Amino acid sequence: MAEILIPKLATQEAAVAADRTGAPLIEIEDVSLYYGASRALKNISLKLDEKVVTAFIGPSGCGKSTLLRCLNRMNDLIDNVRIDGAIRIGGHDIYDGNVDVIELRKRVGMVFQKSNPFPKSVYENVAYGLRLHGLKNKSDLDARIEESLQQSALWDEVKDRLHASALGLSGGQQQRLCIARAIAIKPEIILMDEPASALDPIATARIEDLILDLKKEFTIVIVTHNMQQAARISDQTAFFYIGELVEFGATRKIFTNPSQKRTEDYVSGRFG
Amino acid sequence: MENHFEAGIEELRQKLLVMASHAEKSVNEAVQALMQRDHDLALRVRADDDIIDQFEVEIDEMAILLLTKAPLATNLRLVTVAMKISQNLERIGDEATKIAKRARDLSQEPPVKIALDLPHMANLALAMVKDALDSFVHRDAAAARALIPRDKEVDALNKELHAALVQHMMANPGTISCCLHWIVAAKSLERIADHAKNIAEEVVYLCDAQDIRHALKN
Repeated sequence: MAEILIPKLATQEAAVAADRTGAPLIEIEDVSLYYGASRALKNISLKLDEKVVTAFIGPSGCGKSTLLRCLNRMNDLIDNVRIDGAIRIGGHDIYDGNVDVIELRKRVGMVFQKSNPFPKSVYENVAYGLRLHGLKNKSDLDARIEESLQQSALWDEVKDRLHASALGLSGGQQQRLCIARAIAIKPEIILMDEPASALDPIATARIEDLILDLKKEFTIVIVTHNMQQAARISDQTAFFYIGELVEFGATRKIFTNPSQKRTEDYVSGRFG
Repeated sequence: MENHFEAGIEELRQKLLVMASHAEKSVNEAVQALMQRDHDLALRVRADDDIIDQFEVEIDEMAILLLTKAPLATNLRLVTVAMKISQNLERIGDEATKIAKRARDLSQEPPVKIALDLPHMANLALAMVKDALDSFVHRDAAAARALIPRDKEVDALNKELHAALVQHMMANPGTISCCLHWIVAAKSLERIADHAKNIAEEVVYLCDAQDIRHALKN
């Protein structure tokens, strides 16, 4: 198994953890991102606390998904990307040359806009990541799969069809399966890129309730175009515009009394 | 999986009910202080008004937060109705405070014998408050509609009391100060009944989505 290069605070770096009591889990410091010569993010600084839901909002092209993908280095997969500044998770720079990116993505899971189950059974979808990370024992696998499906509020709907194809599930169920798959390997952080934008209102409501349940255990960062959704599920909201962080604060404040006129105009639907 | 939005709505409803119980208690105690010349009880009612005021602020804050989450249909009506009901409850609390002030002052003056059916009026106003709140709890539009005409009865009693007290003051100028206290207390009871009626109208809107305010005037 790969060495854990961003150690769990409670185990390997107790002394660091003691120093970091009350420190934010995610620290984004003066981050700029370039696609070739084009600057997509401009000097972003943000601190995100543990076990809270943070919403990234802003019009298309504002950089919110780009920043989200920085948090588990998904942008490494794109050619010509350069990132300046620092992103620390649990006090460790995730862009440090020694970081094992696979291990990072184990700790920082991701759920995408379009549900993307593997063309396998419901069971195998959740088992896949667990096996990849070394869990082989059948009863351990069974237990973890049930736990993940319970946590993603899907168990009751799929417990009698665990070995049927995941592609036979509804869109909302497939998205919850993707969440189960992400949480099965017990990440600390879950990134969600418009996870409900392709779903009907009922399926969306279930995803939103699920997110609120999951925040008891996980730190969640979500990109959404739906401002009411951000209001319903997030504790804090960051508003981006053309690569800049315009305003960041408690969701309650952003949606009732934003400090910046551009935020007010955007949340009031005057542009975007 | 918990339905978090419904839980927020239920929390708002519960808070409104707790506020209502405080307002109802204040009116009960203010009337009791008035009738029994209980100086200490009158002072307590005045102190409790701050609690009711704080509930109004908190309910508005909760409601505004819920509105940012885009409630629809019954939930939307409940949130807006909660804000209006809490405002009426706050004013009921204010009227209870006014009665308590008169009770405090009257308790310091020698008792005057006037044949007034203030207890009857107080009972009618209190019953209206209780029934309006019950109709909210049970989402009973029929019960809410049924209590609205009772406001007229309280208005009529207030007029009767007012006339009787004016007559008494003319005949006994030495009791003017005392009678003025009774006039103000009766007027407060009349206003409490008005607020109960307003709450009932909001309950009808909540249940039937029908705005019946000012229906007769239109």
